[in-house]
Amino acid sequence: MKAIALTDNPPKRLFSTAFKDKCVHAVFFINGMLVVLLLGGIFLLLIQTSIPAFQEVSIVEFLTSTNWNPTSYVKASYGIIPMLVSTFMVTVGALAIAIPIGIGAAAYLSDVASPRVREILKPTIEMLAAVPSVVIGFLGIVFVGPLIAKFFNIYNGLNAINGSVLLAVMALPTIISISEDALSSVPYSYDQASLALGATKWQTVIRVKIPAALSGIIAACMLGMGRAIGETMTVLMATGCAPAMPEGFPFEAFLGSVRTLTSSIAIELGEVAYNTTHYYALFALGLVLFVITFVINLISDIILHNFEKVHR
Amino acid sequence: MKARQWQQLIGFGTLKICVAFVLLALIIIAWDIYSKGHSVITWEFLTAAPRNGMTEGGIYPAIVGTFYVTVLTAIISIPLGMGCAIYLNEYAKDTALTRIIRMAIRNLSGVPSIVYGLFGVVVFVQILAFDTSILSAGMTLGMMTLPWVITSSEEALKTVPQAYRDASLALGATKWQTIWTNVLPYAVPGMLTGTILGLARAAGETAPILFTGAAFFLPFVPKSLSDQFMALPYHLYIMSTQHHAIAKVRPLAYGTALVLIGLVFIINLVAFVIRYQLRKTKLE
Repeated sequence: MKAIALTDNPPKRLFSTAFKDKCVHAVFFINGMLVVLLLGGIFLLLIQTSIPAFQEVSIVEFLTSTNWNPTSYVKASYGIIPMLVSTFMVTVGALAIAIPIGIGAAAYLSDVASPRVREILKPTIEMLAAVPSVVIGFLGIVFVGPLIAKFFNIYNGLNAINGSVLLAVMALPTIISISEDALSSVPYSYDQASLALGATKWQTVIRVKIPAALSGIIAACMLGMGRAIGETMTVLMATGCAPAMPEGFPFEAFLGSVRTLTSSIAIELGEVAYNTTHYYALFALGLVLFVITFVINLISDIILHNFEKVHR
Repeated sequence: MKARQWQQLIGFGTLKICVAFVLLALIIIAWDIYSKGHSVITWEFLTAAPRNGMTEGGIYPAIVGTFYVTVLTAIISIPLGMGCAIYLNEYAKDTALTRIIRMAIRNLSGVPSIVYGLFGVVVFVQILAFDTSILSAGMTLGMMTLPWVITSSEEALKTVPQAYRDASLALGATKWQTIWTNVLPYAVPGMLTGTILGLARAAGETAPILFTGAAFFLPFVPKSLSDQFMALPYHLYIMSTQHHAIAKVRPLAYGTALVLIGLVFIINLVAFVIRYQLRKTKLE
C-alpha cells in the first residue's frame, strides 16, 4: 500500500525528468550545430572582409595581374598570380616526393609488415605528424637549405625545392595513414582470390590491392595536398619569400625564392593597418586559400565516403 | 629463383626503402635538434627571461606563455568538442543535418591554420575587442582544435558497447542519465587521450597566434588574460628568421626547438602508453 501511495504523490519537482532530458538534448543539439556555424562563419567573414578590397582593386586585376606590390609608392598593385603559381609549385613538388613514398610506405604497412612491426611503425609515423611546423621550417633553414645550396652549387638554399621537401615530410603522415586505411579495408577475399590464381604477394599488392583501394589512395593524396597548400610556417621560413613572379621554368624557378598565399598573409598582415585596402586584400588571399582547400577537402571527402560505402 | 620471386624481392625492397625514408626524416629531425640543442638546455635556460636583446638568457616567459594559452585552448575546446561528440554519437540520427555536421567537422580540420588566424583577428581581436591578447590567441587556437577534439572523442564514445546503454535504458533511466552514468565513465579516458594529442598540436602552432596575441619579446610573464604573451613556437620563428643577429642566437634557437619538440614528443608518448593500456584492459 505504501508503495502505491508514493507513486500517487511523487515528490514535487520544479522540472520533470523527461523535461530535463529534453533540455539536455537541446543543449547538445545546439552544441553540434556550432561547428556548422563556425565553418559558415569563417567563410562569410572572409567574404565580408574581402569585399571592400574590390572597391579599389578590380577583380580582374586581382585574379590576372602578375604583380603583387601593395606598398608601392607609385601605384599599388594587387595581383594574386605570383602567389598562386608559388603555392602550386611547392605543392606539386611536395606531392611528387610524398605520393610515391607515401603509397609505398602504406603498402608496406598494410601488406608486408608483420603485425608487430606495424604496431611499432604506425605510432612512429604518427609522431612525424606531431612535429610542429615551425620546427620543420627551422630545419629547412639550418639543415635542408645548406644541403640544397651545396648540391646545386647555389648561394642560398631557401627556395621552392626546400619548401617542397619540407611539405612532403608534412604531407607524408596524412597520405600514409589514410592510404593504409584504404588498403586494409580491401576485403581479404581479394587477396585470397589473387593468391589462389598463382599470383605472388607482390603481384597481389600491385595489381589487386592498390587498384581496389585506388579511390581511397587518391583521397589520401588530396588530403595531403590540402595540408601542403594550407601550411604556413614551413614555407614562410624555408622558401625565401621574395614577392616576385617565379621565372625560368622549371629549374630556375624551383631554385629561386617563392612566396605562397599563406606566407604572404603571414608576412604582410603584421605590417598593415587594420581596415585598409591592403588589409582587405590579404583577406581576399585568405578567401582564395579557404576556397581552394575547401574544394579539395570536399572532393576527397566524397571520394572517401563512396569508397567506404563500396567496401562496407 | 624464378623471375617473379626476384620481382617480389625487389618490389618489397622498394617498399621498405619508402618506409626507411619516412623514418629517416623523423630521425634527422630528432637527431639534428637534439645534438645541437642539448648543450644549451640548462636550468637557467628554462627559468630565466631573455636578456641583452634576446642574445642571452632563457625562454621562461615563452614556456609560461605557451602553457597559459594551451590551458585556455583546452578550456574552450574540451567542453564544446566533447559536447559535439556526445551529440553526434549518442543523440544524432542519420539525417541530412547530421551528415552536414560531420562534413563541417572534416572540413574544419582541413582549414589552413593561417585562415583561423584571420578569423581570430576579425572576431576576437576586433569585433569582440579582446585586442591582441592571450584570450584572443587561446580562443583562436580553441576553434582550430575543436574538430580534432570532436573526432577523437567520438572514436572513444564508439568503443563503449551498446549493451551498456541498453541495460541502463531498460532499467528506466533517461537518455542523459544513461550517458552520464553508463557511457561517459568508460569513454572519458579515451576522450582525454585524443584531446591531449590535439592540445599538443595546438601548443606547437604558430600561424594562428601570429596576429592574435604572440609578442616578439616580453621580459615578464603575462599577468592577465588581456596581456600579450611569448610563445615557444613563435619564439623559435623569431630566433631563426627575425632576430638581428641570427648566427649568434642559433644555439638558443636550437635549444628552443629542442624544448618544443621534446614537449610534443613526451606528450605523444604518454598518450600512446595510455592508449595501449586502455586497449589492453578492453581486451581483457
